[in-house]
Amino acid sequence: MSTNISRRTFLKGGLAAAGAVAASSMPLPASVKGDTGQELATLIDIRKCIGCEACVEACQEVNAPKFPEPKKPYPKMYPSRVKVSDWSDKRDVMDRLTPYNWLFIQEATVTVDGEEQTYTIPRRCMHCQNPPCADLCPWGAARKLKNGITRIDSDICLGGAKCEKVCPWHIPQRQTGVGLYLDILPAFAGNGVMYKCDRCYNRIEKGELPACIEVCPEKVQKIGPRDEIVKEAHAIAKQINGYIYGEKENGGTNTIYVSPVPFDKLNVAVGKGPGKPGLQPVKDSMAHADNLTKAMVIAPVAGVAAAVGKFYAASKKRPHGEEVNK
Amino acid sequence: MKARTYELTLTQKWLKRFYILLFVVMAFTGFGQMPIFKRYYISDIPGLGWSADFYTTHYIHYLGAALLLGLIMYWIIDYFASGRSEFKLTATAYVRIILLAGIVITGIFRVLKNLPDVVFSPGFTLFIDIAHLGFMMLYLFAALIFLIFKSKWTKGIEA
Repeated sequence: MSTNISRRTFLKGGLAAAGAVAASSMPLPASVKGDTGQELATLIDIRKCIGCEACVEACQEVNAPKFPEPKKPYPKMYPSRVKVSDWSDKRDVMDRLTPYNWLFIQEATVTVDGEEQTYTIPRRCMHCQNPPCADLCPWGAARKLKNGITRIDSDICLGGAKCEKVCPWHIPQRQTGVGLYLDILPAFAGNGVMYKCDRCYNRIEKGELPACIEVCPEKVQKIGPRDEIVKEAHAIAKQINGYIYGEKENGGTNTIYVSPVPFDKLNVAVGKGPGKPGLQPVKDSMAHADNLTKAMVIAPVAGVAAAVGKFYAASKKRPHGEEVNK
Repeated sequence: MKARTYELTLTQKWLKRFYILLFVVMAFTGFGQMPIFKRYYISDIPGLGWSADFYTTHYIHYLGAALLLGLIMYWIIDYFASGRSEFKLTATAYVRIILLAGIVITGIFRVLKNLPDVVFSPGFTLFIDIAHLGFMMLYLFAALIFLIFKSKWTKGIEA
């Protein structure tokens, strides 16, 4: 642990800065340039991560204009069980997800073949292929973009935190005192705005890389068309006899981790809690809804069949030659 | 020429009761899509703890939507096959039908949006979300007014 911290401190001032300068204005790969509408995924090879937090700092710097600037004092909210979520005085928190920190480095110390190893893992929104946060958002504030990004529109979000509850990793984080709810019924509905990684959608629109990818001195992350990223993840996993996380979790995500250590081991080792997601197996949250959609196709057909059946039975009961409409 | 009252058959009476029950469930689980049941202690009422689980209310809402679609299709076919020779729809029935159509159409788009690989524009997503809620609120308001004034869906064929 201590060696890790000293290494991190060293790297913060050295490698990270050098990497940032070298990589500045690095464009997206040619295959994903422009708004082609294809689903993009990121590949995170955790063997390469050295925990320097250059990505965390770059994320905070680049996304600072999107961060909440709440006005105090906050309106009183009713009933009393509604609590204020205020991170505005804790903007420098970097060891978990907050409205001001959309990416953090998670640490896992595991024993492999009798040897203790420490891995550092960049954690942020997984950008699910069928994101429950966007599907279940009652206002359409959380939505999936064609290029695979799931983002929350801070101009519309009311901060009900439903997205955080339905997210299997509980990623979105709330800040009270900002957003649309202040203009509606601040005392009785809403509680701010939810924030999370938007994978630098505005940079991608311009053909630039997300800040965390661009600045990384170790090239831990890579972005590209999902099928290519998945193929590459499998190739690496095969080569190192490793494991993949994010390809199938929650029905498939656009963040694919590759690790030489099983993810259930890493899941046990990482610190979990509010703003600190685990690496647990996740079933497809929307699978039941997708199955019921099929029932919605069958039900009208059954309704038609029942009505036709009733009409046929009634017409058979009528004496021969009687008119239907009298 | 005098408009007569149309007496519902036994099957129609049971279908009407089922429709009202279905609508109450749909309205409840629909409002439950907003994070208000826990905030306002509704899920604290004994037996309603499930209403704070968004996946449960969503599942019930989808199930109800399937039943509602089946029922609506039954009524449409039944009306054109035999119903229109037995009764007429009132003016307030047409108001209800228009609002119901609004709920159903926006609901269908909402379900489509939730499918994997289906992505609507941000503006359209917002529109269908708010329109679905708006049509439902209008329907409930209209149903209340029609209940107060005892305005039914059907009337008898003029003699």
